[in-house]
Order: sequence, then structure tokens, then C-alpha cells
Amino acid sequence: MTLSNGTGGNTQECLSEIESLVIRFAGDSGDGIQVTGSRFTQESALRGNDLSTYPSFPAEIRAPAGSLPGVSSFQVQIGSRRVFTAGDEVDVLVCMNPAALKANLQDLKENGVLICNSDAFNKKNLTRVGYEINPLEEQELGLKYTLITVPLNTLTAEALKETSLSKREVDRSKNFFALGIICWLFGRSIEDTIEWLNRKFASRAEIAEANRLAVEGGMAFAQASELFPASYQIKPAHFEPGIYRNITGNLGIAYGLLAASQLSGLGLFYSGYPITPASDILHEMSRHKNFGVITFQAEDEIAACCAAIGASYAGKLAVTVSSGPGIALKQEAIGLAVCAELPLVIIDVQRAGPSTGMPTKTEQADLLEVLFGRNGESPVAVVAVASPDDAFDATVDACRISLKHMVPVFLLSDAAIGNSSHPWKLPELDKLEPFTVKRVTEGPYQPYARDPESLARAWALPGTPACEHRLGGLEKQDVYGHISYDPENHQRMTELRAEKVRRIAKDFKPTRVTGEESGELLVISWGSTYGPVTAAVRECLAAGNMIGHIHLRYLNPLPEDLTAIMKRFKKVLVPEMNTGQLAMLLRAKTLIDVKSYCKVQGQPFKVSELVRRIVDELRGNFNAEGIA
Amino acid sequence: MSSTALTKKDFESGQEVRWCPGCGDYSILAAVQRLLPQLGLPREKHVFISGIGCSSRFPYYMNTYGFHTIHGRAPAVATGVKIANPELAVWVITGDGDALSIGGNHFLHLFRRNVDLTVLLFNNRIYGLTKGQYSPTSEKGKITKSTPFGSLDEPVNPLALALGAKATFVARALDVDAKGLSAVLKAAYEHKGASLVEIYQNCNVFNDGAHSYMSERAVRQERQILLRDGEKLVFGDNQDRGLVIDGTKVRVVSSSDSKEWDKVSVYDKSDLTQAWIMAHLNYPQYPVPMGVFYQEEREVYNQQVYDQIETARAGEQADLQQLLSSGETWEVTAGQL
Repeated sequence: MTLSNGTGGNTQECLSEIESLVIRFAGDSGDGIQVTGSRFTQESALRGNDLSTYPSFPAEIRAPAGSLPGVSSFQVQIGSRRVFTAGDEVDVLVCMNPAALKANLQDLKENGVLICNSDAFNKKNLTRVGYEINPLEEQELGLKYTLITVPLNTLTAEALKETSLSKREVDRSKNFFALGIICWLFGRSIEDTIEWLNRKFASRAEIAEANRLAVEGGMAFAQASELFPASYQIKPAHFEPGIYRNITGNLGIAYGLLAASQLSGLGLFYSGYPITPASDILHEMSRHKNFGVITFQAEDEIAACCAAIGASYAGKLAVTVSSGPGIALKQEAIGLAVCAELPLVIIDVQRAGPSTGMPTKTEQADLLEVLFGRNGESPVAVVAVASPDDAFDATVDACRISLKHMVPVFLLSDAAIGNSSHPWKLPELDKLEPFTVKRVTEGPYQPYARDPESLARAWALPGTPACEHRLGGLEKQDVYGHISYDPENHQRMTELRAEKVRRIAKDFKPTRVTGEESGELLVISWGSTYGPVTAAVRECLAAGNMIGHIHLRYLNPLPEDLTAIMKRFKKVLVPEMNTGQLAMLLRAKTLIDVKSYCKVQGQPFKVSELVRRIVDELRGNFNAEGIA
Repeated sequence: MSSTALTKKDFESGQEVRWCPGCGDYSILAAVQRLLPQLGLPREKHVFISGIGCSSRFPYYMNTYGFHTIHGRAPAVATGVKIANPELAVWVITGDGDALSIGGNHFLHLFRRNVDLTVLLFNNRIYGLTKGQYSPTSEKGKITKSTPFGSLDEPVNPLALALGAKATFVARALDVDAKGLSAVLKAAYEHKGASLVEIYQNCNVFNDGAHSYMSERAVRQERQILLRDGEKLVFGDNQDRGLVIDGTKVRVVSSSDSKEWDKVSVYDKSDLTQAWIMAHLNYPQYPVPMGVFYQEEREVYNQQVYDQIETARAGEQADLQQLLSSGETWEVTAGQL
């Protein structure tokens, strides 16, 4: 959108309509930026907009106030049309201090609206981030952007003057004053926020009241002052009928696990060790003991995985969760689950690596780790979450596969999906298909006798009379499960474990190609690139390009029809937030000369970057090495 | 299956036992197979979980449920099993390298949590399966293939480590002492909570005689002292010597000194300080304590897990559809743009 730089838009009659809006709130990590962003998001969701959020925060809990490393931000794109990403460029930037301005200004569109808390632009804060002159007092900002300076601390103090709160506490409400301004600017109500405040601070009524006064004060200020160019309206987007809520990827996974537990009739055993950005799932699961969920915070990642294997062996739906570094630690144990052929769901909320990397930043560079990071031939299934609103379904899917085929399944998410939110149509649980979990309840029993279709081995739980048997990580004799070093047997068991995983693909629906069914270029995405790639492909299709798009949920096994579809296109492009991991796999498995487009910046692709690359591919602007 | 009819043979899996001839593991296996029919629990309720090492082959020889897992991780797997199904009697079979070196962390946390299971730690003070490297319980200066000039590490004290981790049952037994071993195993099984039984076990191939200074029949009475709850700490061929615990110091006294003999301490297995002191006594200055060092009643982890679930269930009904709809939702109807 382009916001008009008009004047006098301080009445509701001047409401102008826009299709979409990208707004970013930025400030100190202690400024309540994430809360402000979430509330604006929620108000927009309740008004029927489509949206996508992108929170970004430092790994440090409280970096020094006013410093660049301490800047936290929350970006949301809202629209009356389908929204697939949080947006490439920012239309409205709210900066709570000079550090926030310095760290975020480069993403603001020319002529975009820049709202700054002038109270925070004092000498100390300015010097701290290297501003010699206050940028708010220079001409440049005002020429390039629609600059609006608001003394937020002063105005908040004025709005809260009747309260008995300390200055420090009053200052902490300034984010709600800012929220009030933004809500007025974009025609959002604040009623739900006030209700939310009353719930959130039920035991601290004075805080709820202070924040209410602040948000109302902000709204009244925006309406009364003539600072703002206009007020804008974004109509509801078109959604399928149903009940909706806003959901993050991490919450979607948690709910998916609860559903899988009910669908399978198995109690859920969930084990983890605290790690960013996966801990939120552990927190959420721990709250739902009334569903019979057992959560186990283990002493380390290895124990978390081993305890899950023990729980699976004893009959639970067992899940362990982590991020890349923790997955590395779990790998030996996952190999045990492969050999013992026990169901196990391992969730990897990926983050930028190697090593500790950038814990709060996103990447999808664990694909080869989960596929090949164990010793020996150790096949597992891999399912990837596409977006926050896909997390529930992908999780249920991963659990179903694991239980049906008696195989460890990786569910790959990432920091962007985990923390971002998107509207989600609530599933009707009674319409979901229950899992059939086969159990052996009487002897005689052979632990490695297999289902002829799925190749899943027969499962008898400890406690079952006349089915006593021994499992373990030593190679097993086919059918009987005794220790075996027989050469032919090892070959057969290796092949059986691989074939069992391959057969998972028999249950896949035909792969869906959006756009053209054949033509110049096929774009293949997986995981969280779904959003930007979908948006980019739509843009290119609208411009009349002959391209198709496949988004892969299953990375192992790959869909059986994939190669044939790829062959229908002259070129295949795989954008990934790694250095070409899926591209390498596809090349190896299909012998098709896949083009790889990679980005590892801890941030999602921008739609514009992808569009440019797709167009360049179509024009053939690349030499044989794929270098422009 | 009726548990009363069970015999030792019912607990033999029929798999050929593949430990070296003369290995101390044979006598431990026999002791366990003899004990289990006495416990009154059906065969299918017993689960043996092991890590990696010679001792960890143990589950294959038991005709019960068994899981031979990975190096050092048996306590973690066993914790998952016990929490998932508390009705199972869970046994962890481990060795000094498995439990105290690669699995040291899990060993610690198992006892801290007090998961209701029994750990049999076969301590032969050597890595046997990898053919003879020094282990975390090998004496300092040990000459092995990996330490031709002598090992530099102080040995770890498994019982003190467990006590430090707040274990609620700590005991020691000897592979060749069938009677003593059996009594300790039974007490460990009956204890509600995480029980540790350190079993001095002889590796006759790579560390033969590691415990013979106290295990030889001829010297056992002189060089061991059996801890008996509520009884005086006496030992010796004629039970004519005793231990006086004087503050934190211990002295050996003889019955010939009647004044000192009257001061011989009475053992109290619920006294953590006494247990700590006993865990540090060693030959030749003192006899080697055997039997139950410490026992304490404390809530078990697996029970508390279910208590929390029950409390949560009493407080709030589990309705997933309602949970999904919680928070702020909105409805889109067919006619809506």
C-alpha cells in the first residue's frame, strides 16, 4: 500500500480503504513490543483480516536498555486479500527509541509512516547508538518518510496521572498508548484488548486499569491531534466459512499432539530439554495434564529422547522435541528407535546454525542432519510444517505415520513458523479419522513379524502375558528378533527398514501442483518457505508466466509422483533457507538438474527476492553454474 | 500365568549365555533368576533394561521383557518405561563404565527423581567389552592398554555419588556371595523408589582379582563388615571386632578392650551421615562395608506424575474442541466477503 500523505484525516469520514498493510513495532526488549504487536494482530484477526506475523527478538533476555542488541521487533502484514508473509517492506514503523530506529529504518518504504517516541530520543540514548545529531530534528527523515513524533512517555504520564502507580510503572504502559494510536490509525477497535487486559491482569487490577487508560489515551490523542495523515480501513479477507483463531506454529504443534493422542487412544508422553525456539511447546504441553499428558523435562537432550523411547516401548504416543543442537545429541538414541522399530515423533524447531548459531533466528538447515546424521543405514520419515496454520495437521500426520509404520518420524518446523502466527480454521475433531494402532495381546509372538502391507513389525507391550521378548540396538534376526550377525540377515533387515519407510508414500495423496501443470519452470518449496514462495508464484502467475509450484510436506519418503511432475517442466528451482539441501537430495534421487536458490540470513525470503529470481530463471539470465 | 508356580527355569530365556567362562556375571544372573520366582509378580511384569557393556547383555538371558539400549542411557529409557507404565517392575542393568562414565548424568538424575526402579551396577573396575581399558572405578595408576604409564584419574565412589544425588536406597553386594547378594536384591526390589545395588563383580579376563582382597572366602569375615540395621557394627572371624563412629571419625576396636567394645556403634540405615561415612570406608584401614547402607521413604517420581494428572483432571475437564476454541476466535459465515 501507499499511505497518502494527506492532512486533516482526523475524522472517521476520511477513512480511506487499503488492501494490505505492513506494520512493524520496534523498541527495547523490555518495552512490551511483542505484546503490542500481538494485540494489534489480534484486533485485526477479529476483524476478519488475513495476516501473517514475524516477531524478532534478541537471544539476550534483557540486553542493556537502549542498545542495538536489545532491539526487539514485531512485524505483521494484514490484508483484505490472502496474506502469505509478514511482508517485505514496512509501511508503518513504530520506534520506541533511537536504537529501534537505527536497527529498523532500512526496511521502511519510501514515504512510509514513521512514528517515533520523541521522549526517548535523548542525548544518552542517541549517543549509545552513535547518533551525533538527533535524527528527528534533521530534515532528511521528514522528507523521505511521513515522520510523526509523539512524546509517548509524557502523554502516557498525562493519561495515567490519576493512578497511584510509580513513574517506572507508568512508563511501562507507553506501549499501550502507542497501540491506541495505531488502532485509531487503522480503524481497529480496542474493546477486545481491554477485555484481554482484564483477563491477563485479573490479579493486578491497577495494571489492567493503567494499560486501559493508556490505550484509550492513545486512541483519543490520535483522533484529536492533527498529526496523522488519515485513518485507513482494511476490509475483512475472504476465508472459507468456519470458526477461526490466530495461532503460532509452536501452539499448533502442541494442539496437534493432543489431537493425535486422542485419535490414537494412546496417552501422550512428551519429553524435552529447554531449548530456543522449541521450549514454548514444552510449556504448552505442561499445562494440559488434564488430558492425561505426561511431560518430562529431562536432564539433557539424550535423556529426553531415551525416556521417550522407553515410554513408546511401554505403549505411549511418545514425542521428543528440540532444535538442531539438541537433535544432534538425540541422534544415537533415534538410531536405537530405528533398530528397535518403535514409533517415536521427534520435533525439530530449526534455528540458524552451525553450533549454537543464532538461537532466535530461523533457518531450515537440519534436513540433512535428520536424514543422515546417524550412524549406519538408519532411515526415518521426515514431515515438514509449512506454516503456523499447517502445524496442527502436519503434527497429526507425523504421529499417524509413526504409529502405523513403527518408525521414528521427524517433524521439521523452524523459528519463523514457531513464533509467527496466522489465522487458523479450527478443525472439527470428530471428523478427523482415528488412527488404528495394532497391538499383539496374546502369544505366541514374534517381535519382528511384519504387516505385509506397511511392513510394520508386530507390537506387544511389556506386561502382555506370553509375549516376553528382548529388543535392542544389536542387529535382529528377521521375524524372531534374536541377536544376529548373519550376513544375509543384516542385508535383509537393512533393506526392510528402508522399504518400510518407502512404503509410507503409498498413503500420500497425489502431489498438488499450483499454477501450470507443465511449462517453463517448476518451483519446489518445503517448510516455512511456503509463505513467500506461494506469494511469489502467485505474483509471477498473475504476470502471465508459465510456472508451477509444489510444496512438499514429505521430505522422506518423497512423493512417488514427484519425478514425473518435475520432468514436465524445463527447469526446476528450489529456494531454501540453507545452502541447497533439498536441491542436493532431488538431484541425487531424480538426476534432474535442479537449480538451487539459497538464503541463510536468519530471516525468511522476501517475496520480491523470489519474484526476481523466478523471472531471471525464466529469462535464462544464468550461466551454467547458476550464477547471475 | 500363575506366579506361584514359577521357578528359576521360567526366567531363563534359553539364549546361550555368552559371557566369558568364569565371569562374575553368571552368579549375578543366577541370583536374579532364583530371586524372581519368590517375588510373586508374573513374569511379563518384569522389564530388564540395560545399556552397553558386558553386563548389559543380561536382559537377553532373562525370559522377561527386556531392552538392551545404548551406552549409558538405560536409566533414561527405564525412567520412560516406569512413568509410562508404573505397574511394571523395572530393573536397570549397568556397569561401572556405562553408569558412571558415559551415563553419569542419567545416574545422578535417576536417584534425584526417585523413580521406582532397581539399578544393579556391576562394578568390575574395568572396560571389559572393549577389551580392557581403565574405568571410572579403576584405582589411580592402573596400567591398561589405554594407560600404559598408569591412569591419572581418581576413581569415583558410586555409593557416595548416589547418596549425593539423594538416592533413597543404597546397597553393596558381592557376586560370589549368593546369600548376601540375594538378600540385598530382595530389599532393593521391595524398596519404593530408586534403589542402587553396587555389585562387586570379577572380570576374570581383564581385571582378575580386582576384589579378591575382600572377596576370597578365607578373608571375607575379616575384611568385610555386613551392615545390619539396628545392630552393632561388628565383624571378624569371631565377630570380635567392631567399629566406633566417633563424630565423623571411625576407629576399629577389639572385644578385648571392654571399655572400647561398649562404644561400638549401632547401625542406623536411615542415618545419612552414617551411610556417608560407611561409603568411604575401605580396606586395609577398615573392613569393606556390605549390605544396605541407606534407606529412606520418599515420594516416588512416577507416582507424583500421576497425582498431578489426577489433580488436573479433577480441576478441569479435558475437552480438546473447547481448548482449540479458547482465546479469541471469530466466525466466518458463507455470505461474508
